[in-house]
Amino acid sequence: MSAVSTSAQPPLQEHGGGDAKADRKLRQVREVGILLALVLLVVATTIVNPNFLSAQSVRDLLLGATLLTILAVGQTLVIVTRSVDLSVGSILGLSAFAVGSLFAAFPTMPVPVAIIAGVLVGTVCGAVNGALVALARVPALVVTLGTLYIFRGIDYWWASGKQINASDMPSAFLGMGRASVLGIPVLALVAVLVVAVVGWYLTSYRSGRELYAIGSEPAAARLSGIPVDRRIFMAFVANGTLAGLAGVLYAARFGTLDATVGTGLELQVVAAAVVGGVAIFGGSGTVLGAALGAVLLTTIGSALPILRVSGFWQQAVVGLLILTAIGLDRVLAVRAERKLRGGQSRGA
Amino acid sequence: MFRTRLARGIAAGTAAGALLLLTACGGTTRDSVEEGGSERPAGEADPDAEIPEGLTISFLPKQLNNPYSTFANTGGAEAVEELNGEFKEVGPSEASASSQVSYINTVSQQGADAIVIAANDPNAVCAALNSASDAGAAIVSYDSDTAPECRDVFINQASAEGIAKTQVEMIVEQVDGEGQIAFLSATPNATNQNAWLELMEEELAKPEYSDIEVVDTVYGNDDDQKSFQEMQGLLQTYPDLKGVVSPTTVGIAAAARYVSDSEYKGKVAVTGLGTPNQMSEYVKNGTVEEFALWNPKDLGYLAGYAGAALSAGQITGAEGETFSAGRLGDYEIGPNSEVILGPPTKFNADNIDDFDF
Amino acid sequence: MAPEVTAPSSGQGAPFGPDRAPRGGTLRRLLATREASVLGALVVTVILASFWVDGFFTDRTAGFLILDVTAIALIALPMTLIVITGEIDLSVASILGLTSAVMGQLWFLGLPLETIVPLCLALGAVLGAINGLLVTVAGLPSLAVTIGTMALYRGLAYVILGDRAVADFPRSWTSGATQRLGETAIPWVVLLIAALAVVFGIVLHATPIGRSLYAIGSNDEAARFAGISVRMTKLWLFVASGAVSALAGVFWTLQYSSARADNAFGLELSVVAAVLLGGVSIFGGLGALPGVIGGVLLLGTIRKALELADVSSDTLSVVTGLLLVISVVAPNIVARLKERRRPDTPSVPAHSNQR
Repeated sequence: MSAVSTSAQPPLQEHGGGDAKADRKLRQVREVGILLALVLLVVATTIVNPNFLSAQSVRDLLLGATLLTILAVGQTLVIVTRSVDLSVGSILGLSAFAVGSLFAAFPTMPVPVAIIAGVLVGTVCGAVNGALVALARVPALVVTLGTLYIFRGIDYWWASGKQINASDMPSAFLGMGRASVLGIPVLALVAVLVVAVVGWYLTSYRSGRELYAIGSEPAAARLSGIPVDRRIFMAFVANGTLAGLAGVLYAARFGTLDATVGTGLELQVVAAAVVGGVAIFGGSGTVLGAALGAVLLTTIGSALPILRVSGFWQQAVVGLLILTAIGLDRVLAVRAERKLRGGQSRGA
Repeated sequence: MFRTRLARGIAAGTAAGALLLLTACGGTTRDSVEEGGSERPAGEADPDAEIPEGLTISFLPKQLNNPYSTFANTGGAEAVEELNGEFKEVGPSEASASSQVSYINTVSQQGADAIVIAANDPNAVCAALNSASDAGAAIVSYDSDTAPECRDVFINQASAEGIAKTQVEMIVEQVDGEGQIAFLSATPNATNQNAWLELMEEELAKPEYSDIEVVDTVYGNDDDQKSFQEMQGLLQTYPDLKGVVSPTTVGIAAAARYVSDSEYKGKVAVTGLGTPNQMSEYVKNGTVEEFALWNPKDLGYLAGYAGAALSAGQITGAEGETFSAGRLGDYEIGPNSEVILGPPTKFNADNIDDFDF
Repeated sequence: MAPEVTAPSSGQGAPFGPDRAPRGGTLRRLLATREASVLGALVVTVILASFWVDGFFTDRTAGFLILDVTAIALIALPMTLIVITGEIDLSVASILGLTSAVMGQLWFLGLPLETIVPLCLALGAVLGAINGLLVTVAGLPSLAVTIGTMALYRGLAYVILGDRAVADFPRSWTSGATQRLGETAIPWVVLLIAALAVVFGIVLHATPIGRSLYAIGSNDEAARFAGISVRMTKLWLFVASGAVSALAGVFWTLQYSSARADNAFGLELSVVAAVLLGGVSIFGGLGALPGVIGGVLLLGTIRKALELADVSSDTLSVVTGLLLVISVVAPNIVARLKERRRPDTPSVPAHSNQR
């Protein structure tokens, strides 16, 4: 889908050569903006109900945001290369069910082995997507829409009506979903670690920065010698792996697994990334932004019942938030562009 | 040119729309329509009719891949096997209102003698069921009823009164007769849930329960994560909450899991309707004292026998008719063409290991 | 300084442009083959199913099949045009749901259906116009916009109707919706679908408007230079998409005699799958309506045949996914093989490696 934006207005060189500084500033404005929204929401909710900031409730909030954050980080890797992965919900479901089935079949299986196996399920799914997109050169939206159905179908077929219950899994594994360090849930720490590592990779490694180059200008990236196909392939593999990890954590946290786990999650994940300022057409956006987007969406979900707003409003609010976020990105980008052009006025 | 042509088209469309609006006075409104539920044509029942061999009985659960319905339908399969019929289980993979229609059409086309359905929406399946009935299939609803005019018999898992009463007994006992309680339900338009909630509130309004206060009803949509979040919200909103009743298997498991990991364990009672396999962990670790459920396998079994009896003409669905349901004994059709399975079973640490579903 | 002049890079101008080479000359041929293969697959499926599946080859099957795919078939028509211009509309199922909820609520409040139906269609057009304005005037990418409005419209449907279902529509209307044609088992709605398909087909394949859609999808920069009003064209397409989705919503509500906020949840992916399977390129500029109708019918037929053959719905999901993947991978591999055989021809990958 082409962005009309770019036909109606001059293209925005978000990651061109000379505007790195301006762009960084833009990103910061954007991230501070989400943070501000988040703080406002928490403060407002706490005023209505002081319990919202109790230790228990903050723990719940962090736990709730964990899975979406990890998925949004993975999705960011893919989106900055101007692709998208719609199959993450199905990958999460498949890997969660794989972990549960492993434990159900081999109750004595060591926990780390099962975790690795679950993550690897995600890696394999990601590699399938990556191979189709990067090597067979077919559009990511179509491929991952296809694999969304395929992976889910495999999950249904595998589960065939069975359910894995908490009692099928060892308490050491489930304990992982409940444990805290200094009052912070372990799962949330895993998410923080994922954000830190991936964020660091994207900014500090040449191959990480090349992902942005690919997303901004694929043809130029190819000409300048970047191994585009390999980078895109690896982005999908990494995203699949993270979705697999999220599946494992889902199993540890929720304990009850059937074939429908993670259905429909893909659009939430894309929404979190978009709210977090990741440009849907690639080349721009940070992992931190996407993570903040995920936390904001989750917090809205928990805050609405406490604010006594009918849960029915939740989706509508999320929709408005997405539209606001992309609108805001547009405004900021246009402004930055204008500044770069020395305040030249132009018709928009 | 393109623009003007389109604009003209739109203008014409708008004009036509306006015209329709004008002519609409005295149109079809909700008040102008009076359609009583048309009674299903009931023939004569022949109580002595033999159940023929080889009946095809198709079970349509709310969705496939749902452990509860999978288990219920093992009972259906058992009944159909005893009757030397052909058991079939089909259904959509997601529980949406319209998704069952296509499957009803298909089994009707395949010439099913009886269709046993748990409806996702009481009305959305009606037209399809009626045409299946015209094509000769007996229609039995179980677990979740359709509109009454679209089926011959409804197999009720337990009388709504029995279920409401059992749950009230359990929660009152677990909170020692006083304090705030709340309900965690499935979806606000689930027929069965609403009936139970209403009856529980009625029951709790009795003077002997005057120390119990129902503070809220929340809906987890039978979605694990949503139920979990709603439970979270309840405990934050009502710090003095003593207990939660969740009359849905998804809800009670999510509620118990939340409480068992939280500071509320042992302080907030969780009870309601759940399956033994899902709840055994929480009963054993002390989060949950006691909960209840009918035996879904018996439900499917009874529904299978009812389908066969209808198909053979032993019963027509009229009140007072009786039929025999194998190992469960004889059943009588009650008012509104309902057959009640029996009182729910209570599960606690003493007996939970005796049940495997 | 006119904005057009300052827009140098086709890379940003058409986000999927860089790897795409002009394919004007081969367009016709490509169209023919893609369509031919979809329609061929449909014919083969029907023949195989008639032989192997009991009770498949009857007019009852056809009747049920048409009712099953009505909403997808209707919405796929404007969706085809939108995707050909290089955009997408993911909010269609939510527009359907919101229309259904509004229809239920208005009926509940006592308005006559003769008023409600046009109101609902107008509502759909307005919702589509909101999408269109955000895309054309605000200049936002349609993928992101319609993910946003997908959540927004579905959310509003829940706000209006909550989890209630309104079901007491008059029987004359509900059974009217699924009325058969004369003595056959074919529902009348097939005429509605056919009429709309003809209208959209003529617009796309036999008018200057249609040619401008392909031009926009191939290169909207160039289209604009050629004097095509890109913005207005796209705006009207989104309006059409909204109105047709609303029509599908009204029909859905009457067909199932149940107005609910969650009606047709997730249908957008089925519509997009059918359109892509029908040979429309997700990058725009390529595709034809007969292929899309073939795609809709192919998915519906496979579904019906599998159901009648008692194959579980899990398989259906895998088959749908595989078809979709194969439909895009196969032509690419063929193109690459041809390219390898003739190394002197310029490299023209059928698709770039982006979305």
